[in-house]
Amino acid sequence: MKRTLIIVATLALGMGAVYAASDAIAKRQALMKANGKAATAIVKIMKGAPFDLDVVQASLKTFIDSAEKGPALFPEDSKTGDDTGALPAIWQDKKDFEAHFAKLGDDAKAALGSIKDTASLKAEMPKVFDDCGACHEKYRAKKD
Amino acid sequence: MRRWLLLLLLIAVAAAIAAWFVSAPRPLYARADWRAYEDGGDPGRGRIMFLAGGCESCHMTPGQSDPLKLGGGYELKTPFGSFFPPNISPDPQDGIGGWKVVDLANALLVGVSPEPAHLYPALPYTSYSHMKFEDVRDLMSYLRTLPPVKGRAPPHRLSFPFNIRRGLGFWKLLYLKGGVPADDPTKSAAWNRGHYLVEGPGHCAECHSPRDLFGGIVASKRFAGGLTADGKHKVPNITQGGALAKWSQSDIETALSLGLTPDGDSLGGDMAPVVRNLSQLPKDDIAAIAAYIKSLPAIPSAGK
Repeated sequence: MKRTLIIVATLALGMGAVYAASDAIAKRQALMKANGKAATAIVKIMKGAPFDLDVVQASLKTFIDSAEKGPALFPEDSKTGDDTGALPAIWQDKKDFEAHFAKLGDDAKAALGSIKDTASLKAEMPKVFDDCGACHEKYRAKKD
Repeated sequence: MRRWLLLLLLIAVAAAIAAWFVSAPRPLYARADWRAYEDGGDPGRGRIMFLAGGCESCHMTPGQSDPLKLGGGYELKTPFGSFFPPNISPDPQDGIGGWKVVDLANALLVGVSPEPAHLYPALPYTSYSHMKFEDVRDLMSYLRTLPPVKGRAPPHRLSFPFNIRRGLGFWKLLYLKGGVPADDPTKSAAWNRGHYLVEGPGHCAECHSPRDLFGGIVASKRFAGGLTADGKHKVPNITQGGALAKWSQSDIETALSLGLTPDGDSLGGDMAPVVRNLSQLPKDDIAAIAAYIKSLPAIPSAGK
């Protein structure tokens, strides 16, 4: 009986870990999807749609939110599975990886403070988008 | 019987001499004439070539973040072995400070070093050979404005038979076409500029096409997708037979200047440094590249 309990408990823990890992992957993929939507909304304005400060600020807040939540969503047990594009390099230099999130957060906050119109939007956004590319360059494998 | 043997031997010797002759590295410009080609370069225009060509992606000193420190030594892993792109900073001993314009022209247009010896096509001269001489000269003026860096890259580590440089003479017969693309008067000026930038300095086909056993681009699948240099990751089809069929020219411009796809994904991997470079090009050049890419006839995605 005791043994059965132990086995059941171990299995439950194991399942829990698997669940937590796929949960982390799903959560970070959802964050990235949200970032993509936010970026698209800003690009529309950069390419000529009327300037809308609410849209811009909502997008920047999405980036800031991702930068804060992101680092916790790459636990050791989420290296593979669920079609993740995360590269093993993330766990080889976790500090550098997390520094990329921090920089995205800082640059998005600075943009939030300084963007007032289309001109300042065009001037500030490339820096923020650079952060996306710099992290994807090292830590994301594109699947197709 | 002995006579036949002698004849066979003679044929073999003749074939060896012919092979040696055919595979010889031949500079396009004689070094002795360097003075005639030296002057007139413009560093401002050369910077455009530097950015379009992405020289720093392979030549910048690894382990630091200044793309203008071109000390070389980055390990470019390929199925043929590891290449270590050399120091191309203006340092007179370790870099190319002693090079003349003709030396750079020979390297980029026919893949021949000042020795002369064949250079490996890890330096994508199969594309650079489509560059105009004046653009190479401008590029040289720009490179000369950059900081000299000490230190040399280690020698390439390649497997047999790829470690025999002379063999590249035959490789070039198969794959090195060269020549500035002719202007197509039925197309816009932007398209023609884009054609030149994409096929020449931009060398887009080098990653976006599949390669054969000898590392040459499969002509019928040009731009239909390939593999990264290390062979590990897929590089997308950029003809109208791939995802770009749904992209507008403006979408392509956004991808090249901001790194963002139409669904807001940010380009990563080897394309990230390309975007960092291209985002500094004049807007007209980005539009030209996009116009040409959008016009590439549909080819189904390459299998690898």
